[in-house]
Amino acid sequence: MGNLDKIGKNNNIVNKNITNKNINLDVNIAGITFKNPVTTASGTFGSGMEYGEYVDLSRLGAVTTKGVSLEPWPGNPTPRVAETYGGMLNAIGLQNPGLDMFIKRDIPFLRSHNTRIIVNVVGKTTEEYCQVVERLSDCDIDMLEINISCPNVKEGGIAFGQDPKRVEAITSQVKMFAKKPIIIKLSPNVTDISEMAKAAEAGGCEAISLINTLTGMKIDVNRRAFVLANKTGGLSGPAIKPIAVRMVYQVANAVQIPIIGMGGIMNGEDALEFIMAGATMVSVGTANFINPKATEEVIDGIEAYMIRNQISEIYDIIGCVK
Amino acid sequence: MSIAQKKSIRIFSNESLEEGVYELWLEAGELVASARPGQFFSLYCRDGGRLLPRPISICEIDNNKKRIRLVYRVLGKGTEEFAKLKAGDFIDCMGPLGNGFTLEGKKALIIGGGIGIPPLLELSKQLTCEKDIVLGYRDVTFLDKDFIKQGNVYLVTEDGSVGTKGNVLDAIREHNLSADIIYACGPTPMLRGVKEWALTNKIKAQLSLEERMACGIGACLACVCKSSSVNHHTNVNNKRICKDGPVFYAEEVIL
Repeated sequence: MGNLDKIGKNNNIVNKNITNKNINLDVNIAGITFKNPVTTASGTFGSGMEYGEYVDLSRLGAVTTKGVSLEPWPGNPTPRVAETYGGMLNAIGLQNPGLDMFIKRDIPFLRSHNTRIIVNVVGKTTEEYCQVVERLSDCDIDMLEINISCPNVKEGGIAFGQDPKRVEAITSQVKMFAKKPIIIKLSPNVTDISEMAKAAEAGGCEAISLINTLTGMKIDVNRRAFVLANKTGGLSGPAIKPIAVRMVYQVANAVQIPIIGMGGIMNGEDALEFIMAGATMVSVGTANFINPKATEEVIDGIEAYMIRNQISEIYDIIGCVK
Repeated sequence: MSIAQKKSIRIFSNESLEEGVYELWLEAGELVASARPGQFFSLYCRDGGRLLPRPISICEIDNNKKRIRLVYRVLGKGTEEFAKLKAGDFIDCMGPLGNGFTLEGKKALIIGGGIGIPPLLELSKQLTCEKDIVLGYRDVTFLDKDFIKQGNVYLVTEDGSVGTKGNVLDAIREHNLSADIIYACGPTPMLRGVKEWALTNKIKAQLSLEERMACGIGACLACVCKSSSVNHHTNVNNKRICKDGPVFYAEEVIL
């Protein structure tokens, strides 16, 4: 209520003195400042190279990369995507070029832009996660996001993210090798996501990101077959947004560490729902496929809302809905 | 910044060619200058629940009128929506995307199957060499008259109602066709057959592939095909159809 009071006062007392020149979108996670709370959802933006043709990457608070593993991974057979109403299913299977190429090619590319770098990490075993984290700790990046929530691979991924004991164990093990702050990315495919969040916090991570995709399925009735070669895939897009907002709210009430919220954010208003539910940052994912400028438009939308409502500090609205 | 930004483009016309097959002429403006045969446009639905763009190949480029012709088959709710668009309406598009065909050779064999036929029309127009054109259909033909001006056209239908009965390879054998370059676009089983025939006869072949896409610009890795060697970008035996393709040399890809 305190925050809402403040908004009201600002509106009454000071008339339109807040413009895009003096709003403060800075957010801070684990001592690292991001110039705005908008990043990309891992896997939807590559390492930014392709979207750099459409978006000024230097406007983004951070680029969160596609998951990187120790060795190159070829991913799943095709078809890997299917549209569902208001969303899409994907079963890419974490295809990535492997750590060596990522370090050599993608990190320098991202560093040439004025944005923070969050590297998403995947592995088949705890040891693999730790090896990737250890090597990335010596690289010029800002944070690491540990993906223990991919629903589309047989080994690793979600297997680590559905049991609180395993969540805490992998978090604390990864932390031993990490010289950079760690974000644990949680799966919504669990009975109680706040238990997983508490376990990750107990394991020592600096932040939590949620949600990864919801496991789904689509059947082609004419072919009487699964649309995806993997049979199941992860559902993303506007269809999952209410679930994601609810889970961000739940987790915000369960842990003390900052949250990066995502799930169907298409515009500034969607992002603000996550922020008001308690997210310090937000990630834009599926929206990039529909509108390659979505990330920039989300930032514009947040700014416009703040100016319209004469809010100077983004922190005044983070978690303002209790 | 890429020239292929997402933008709203005015529709010059959108008419039915045959049952379920439509031709859409876009007022593409300056985009015509960069468009090449074999490239595609991502078309977006108005219905906000249908999120992903539909990739449609360029069928013809009219440099004088600055228009681009796309020919598509109605296959689902998205293309059903496109079919209802009228002249003067606007449609959100991104393109031209992908690499397109490389013009080469002295005697070309152009092979199209079904809705893979349209991109071969602009290719046929731009190729100045001698051309044999084999067009395969299930039953009803479309665009075949447009090809007559471009070369020797051989039709083939599965039911034999028009031209050779069978598939494109049956027509090639029946007419004893040969070439020093093959260009093909169509369903994967057809491309597989064409690839094998091309390799057996030691003829260079460019194949245009199709797969379900999401981003259309090479970021999401949805539309990959298996490649015979490690790809420079993906660092695995996968190529991105939207970005590295959709046109590949036959020996580059495993179908």
